[in-house]
Amino acid sequence: METIILFAPLVGALISGFGHKMIGEKAAITTATGLLFLAAALSWIVFLGYDGEMRQIPIMRWVESGSLSTDWGIRLDRLTTIMLIVVTTVSSLVHLYSFGYMDKDPQWKDGESYKPRFFAYLSFFTFAMLMLVTSDNLLQMFFGWEGVGVASYLLIGFYYRKPSANAAAIKAFVVNRVGDFGFALGIFGLFFMVDSINLDDVFAKGHDLAGVKMSFLFLEITAVELLTFLLFIGAMGKSAQLFLHTWLPDAMEGPTPVSALIHAATMVTAGVFLVVRMSPLFEYAPDTLAFVTVIGALTAFVAATIGLVQNDIKRVIAYSTMSQLGYMFVAAGVGAYQVAMFHLFTHAFFKAMLFLGAGSVIHAMHHEQDMRNYGNLRKKIPVTFWAMTIGTLAITGVGIPSVLFTLGHTPIGFAGFLSKDAIIESSFAAGTGVGQFAFVLLVLAAAMTAFYSWRLIFMTFFGEERGDHHAHENAHESPWTMTVPLMVLAVGSIFAGMIWYGDFFGEHVTEFFGASVYNNHDTNTVLHDAHDVPTWVILAPFVAMLVGLITSWFFYIRRPGIPPMLAEMFQPAYQFILNKWYFDEVYDVIFVRFAKWLGKFLWKKGDGVVIDGTINGIAMGIVPWFTRLAGRGQSGYLFHYALAMVIGIVGLITWTMISGGSH
Amino acid sequence: MIGLEHYLITAAFLFVTGIFGIFLNRKNVIVILMSIELMLLAVNINFVAFSSYLGDLVGQVFTLFVLTVAAAEAAIGLAILVCFFRTRGTIAVEDANVMKG
Repeated sequence: METIILFAPLVGALISGFGHKMIGEKAAITTATGLLFLAAALSWIVFLGYDGEMRQIPIMRWVESGSLSTDWGIRLDRLTTIMLIVVTTVSSLVHLYSFGYMDKDPQWKDGESYKPRFFAYLSFFTFAMLMLVTSDNLLQMFFGWEGVGVASYLLIGFYYRKPSANAAAIKAFVVNRVGDFGFALGIFGLFFMVDSINLDDVFAKGHDLAGVKMSFLFLEITAVELLTFLLFIGAMGKSAQLFLHTWLPDAMEGPTPVSALIHAATMVTAGVFLVVRMSPLFEYAPDTLAFVTVIGALTAFVAATIGLVQNDIKRVIAYSTMSQLGYMFVAAGVGAYQVAMFHLFTHAFFKAMLFLGAGSVIHAMHHEQDMRNYGNLRKKIPVTFWAMTIGTLAITGVGIPSVLFTLGHTPIGFAGFLSKDAIIESSFAAGTGVGQFAFVLLVLAAAMTAFYSWRLIFMTFFGEERGDHHAHENAHESPWTMTVPLMVLAVGSIFAGMIWYGDFFGEHVTEFFGASVYNNHDTNTVLHDAHDVPTWVILAPFVAMLVGLITSWFFYIRRPGIPPMLAEMFQPAYQFILNKWYFDEVYDVIFVRFAKWLGKFLWKKGDGVVIDGTINGIAMGIVPWFTRLAGRGQSGYLFHYALAMVIGIVGLITWTMISGGSH
Repeated sequence: MIGLEHYLITAAFLFVTGIFGIFLNRKNVIVILMSIELMLLAVNINFVAFSSYLGDLVGQVFTLFVLTVAAAEAAIGLAILVCFFRTRGTIAVEDANVMKG
């Protein structure tokens, strides 16, 4: 059954990509979608029927070289089952949604076939992602890791006639290379130290590696710190963490279903998954974990500030995604891996829904993405409005704080409320300096999240109609293929948190995760302590959410004149966050220009002068000289050749005689 | 008594005559063909001489083969010569320099 889950998307991709000429466009994309729904259904069966026993399902032998031995295989444990349902559920809904969204895309002329290609990429992405999450060794994980990178590249650049889409695709790929380099080094290092890259062998050596020193660059640090750090570099690239995040907002050039699937729900969470998967190593690397926490907290904070002022509806959600990924890394960084998975799980629902809702708005408004041209859309597209409101309620963390009321042991609230509060409480409960630092930043980020999420809703669905009059008049609700996924995800956004609270964070957490996540109980009691934090800590994110909501309401409903006034008053600060903290500009100066200069230097001087010059010099100067010399030696007279032969034979015989002949 | 060395000296003399016949001759291609025959003859004498000296008949069998091949080769050489004469109108060695670089 697991094998079917894994390969159904691949079959769908192949049929849709290569077979659509044979069976027709409609049949091809329906097949791909149908296979994805099959995979999703089987995933839920696997998830709900999972008995907690780790199983390894071999598929076939892969690499056998020296002491390196790896198989294609499935490692079925709790982490895998969680990722399976996240990936296949969101992916199948996105497939369905794309039926409506990609229909009659204005980027293409009439009669051009682009849908099978789109569905093939989507299905291929799903396959690669499943390879990543089910892998039993680091090599297969790397295969999936690069596979999703390729799929992401292809889908960001799907509108290949737009230069900006191509540039964004290349940027995403190149920035990810930086992270992947770290990841690959981490794998090499693990093989060097453990002599195996199978997860079981690696995990067994976690404790030993903590006692071994390893030299890297000019540093001498413990092996486990170094290796986990390198792996985390890979995670940073894939999950768009600060300093390697610049590709994610640009990736919004891709079609909106792609943003929902890849850049919100699944691929960008691969980094979080990697850290959680490698928890048996990370647990022995306190310094790396501190680094993870700091990076996560900074990302959550920085992304939230940028999100405050963006006007492109998709970019707001993109920064919100980045911010939420920061939350997950904080959870992993303080040792609450289960909580990171919890937020990953709930985030997949509400973030995918926000993106799909944004896509529905964009679809209704004839591919207008600037929120300044929206307004008062709630009557025209009611289903989208309600879905996005639910998504916003979920992401901003609306619920009843557990100190006031709980049902059994479960607090009542939307999905994001439970998981996000769990992260904030865990970061406080960690009791370390970085934990406190992260706690403060996360609460601030929570307030900003509430502000910009509600700002999005208010600017889009309330107020007066702005922008193109014609577009507003023709705004219409999307077809059922687009609204049904929204409704399904809305159900998930409301209930996913409450249903699985006990399993991911509450009293069943240990039995639920079993051995798939490792907590070193000698040093790590975060999961337990997080339930005993002071009342004000539990209330802090709730208050932050209220502050954000009320400010947003005041700014964009009550007094719409305030935001421009504030922007005018604090012009430098406004420009600073509007321009995304000038990360792109700084990188342009430090890396891009230098790389371009180096490339041009090597092209003009290295390639042009040295290599071409050498070859041209030999070919046009030295070789003709020798040719003329040799030509002059050819008299054409037979007796000259005969003489030369005789002299040659005499020479040979003489040499043989003198040098002793056959002896 | 005529010994092995006499034969070898004769053969060497013939061989060297053949060689010089090839590259001292400037006039006639037929002379070159004849020189080649002379060299083959010298080799044959060596074969027979050693065959007799070592008491091994194989050398003489070889000689018969070499003679046969030499006859065939001479026939082909003369045929080429005829063609050459028809196309060029001369068989002077000095005029045959189409391979000049």
